[in-house]
Amino acid sequence: MAQDSGTRTLISHAQLSRGPGRVVYWALLAVVVAGFTLVFIGPLYWMVTGALKSGQEIAQTPPTLFPRDPQPQNYVDAWTNLNLAKLLFNTFYYATGAVLFQLVLDTAAAYSLSKLRPVFGNVILGLMLATLMIPAMVLIVPQYVTVIDLPILHLNLLDSPFAIWLPMVANAFNIFLLKRFFDSIPADLMSAALVDGATPLRTLWSIVLPMSRPILGVVSIFAVTAVWKDFLWPKLVMPSPETRTVSVGIYAFAGGTPMNVVIAASVIAAIPTVVIFLIFQRNIMSGLTTGSLKG
Amino acid sequence: MAITTVPAATGKPGRPRPPYPSGPRRGGLGRKVRDNLTGHAFLIGAVVCFAVFSWYPMVRGVVMSFQRTRRGETTWVGWDNYARIIADPSFWTAWQNTLYFTVLALVLGYAVPFFVAILLNEFRHARGYLRILVYLPVMLPPASALYLFKFYAYDPSDAGLFNAILKAAHLPTSEWMQSPGMTMPAMVLASTWMNMGSAVLIYLAALQNIPGELYEAAELDGAGVWRRIVHVTVPQTRLILALLAMLQIVATMQLFIEPLILANGAGTGDSATSVAYLIYQHGFFQNDLNGAAALGVIMLVVLAGFSAGYLRLTAKQD
Repeated sequence: MAQDSGTRTLISHAQLSRGPGRVVYWALLAVVVAGFTLVFIGPLYWMVTGALKSGQEIAQTPPTLFPRDPQPQNYVDAWTNLNLAKLLFNTFYYATGAVLFQLVLDTAAAYSLSKLRPVFGNVILGLMLATLMIPAMVLIVPQYVTVIDLPILHLNLLDSPFAIWLPMVANAFNIFLLKRFFDSIPADLMSAALVDGATPLRTLWSIVLPMSRPILGVVSIFAVTAVWKDFLWPKLVMPSPETRTVSVGIYAFAGGTPMNVVIAASVIAAIPTVVIFLIFQRNIMSGLTTGSLKG
Repeated sequence: MAITTVPAATGKPGRPRPPYPSGPRRGGLGRKVRDNLTGHAFLIGAVVCFAVFSWYPMVRGVVMSFQRTRRGETTWVGWDNYARIIADPSFWTAWQNTLYFTVLALVLGYAVPFFVAILLNEFRHARGYLRILVYLPVMLPPASALYLFKFYAYDPSDAGLFNAILKAAHLPTSEWMQSPGMTMPAMVLASTWMNMGSAVLIYLAALQNIPGELYEAAELDGAGVWRRIVHVTVPQTRLILALLAMLQIVATMQLFIEPLILANGAGTGDSATSVAYLIYQHGFFQNDLNGAAALGVIMLVVLAGFSAGYLRLTAKQD
């Protein structure tokens, strides 16, 4: 589809491009652009500059718009006192593992459900989608009990990255996204591969996956941001200071740390996801809307 | 569109069809078994993860809620856990707070994104920029964003950002999280700022699917902007509106991190305690995992009952 500049919306294009409509349009646009910038970037500006202020300057009335005497030391303190390097590394490590596990296991499952269609495939898909209806908070206690004493194996996964990686695989939304994408790959292509003697694995690797790069990208980005934003689950299953994620680490330190240092740490913790978003914003936004709309 | 000659080969993937269109190689039972085994081999990894971390905990949660584990010994206790949880003085407060938050969040977090989407959809310029702005907070780790609100925006003294703005506008300032009456509105405001981006983008996508002729026709019939919204936009996006309302209610009922960070859990005079926070309290501080599981089951029943009622209501309208 071409961009929608041609389709008409609530108010017709003609009405907006001449006479008084035009003036109103540009005035409104200016107000909205300025207002939205203030509402959505303003707090971020306040956060970044606020973390540069000294303790006295923060307590000052009225608050200052620019830090009068910038203290980059707050950021240095946050980095060293909270051991942010370690926390960021942990979070990055969990995020990477989550992407790998999801890509391998969820892609294989979605491929099977879409193209191989074994018996009971639809039942399994139904059971997977049913988990979307169950609020995460309801499962938190039994999930925790399961993780500290895994059924049959009797392993304790506390402080092990598998406690984050494996539950992330049980993500019905991603399987659904992937399956929908695979469904759109023509059956002719699959049968051609079969006639050439390709095994299902080979077909997945050489035909399906190369065609699915966009959706694989979307799933990977979602996995990274989900790990980065998650709070309660990593707080419960990663109790040791050495294994904490960055959000949990900041929370653990917030009580006994000056607030401008906490905010400095929060700024640093937010940088990776913001950068990911600015780079991949197109993929993220399209993934979000395809997943929810066409279902 | 003139592309109508595409063969129907790609068809609709609705009904189950054989693994591959089994051309000349139509095999016997052995082949069928092998194909199925291959299919299940691809599924097994994800199925095990679902079984262990999703399906089994679901059952386990219900079982746990009727048991009590003390010093490693587990006994069946009937409805005791439920009785204990309901007798907790915070139980009803937590439900009241949660419902209040849900309603407030619905008013603010549901209506606002819809109108923002309608507005953004009219602009021919700065579209990408505005979308990025609205979605940016969604990408922040909630803990980071909430510390910003807690320390800088909701500072109860006049040094706080919101109080400074209110003061400059000659409006009365507020103590925010320290005044029980403001706790919930303040949490809703923070939560809406953090989360509304996804709703706006989903609405925008839905708005773009509305055929322009409908607006054209409505305008020819003399309908003004407001009547066009009511009679064209809303009915055309009804399905998405209904779906998002339900998703949002389920999400807001799980309110947890906002009270934990903004109000240190319970808030002034229990004004922030939510049901999810109570689950966390019982399970991980009062060492009462069974009671927490029971509260989880109560929450599930309430949400399921609500969803069923809601579905009936929306189905009737069709």
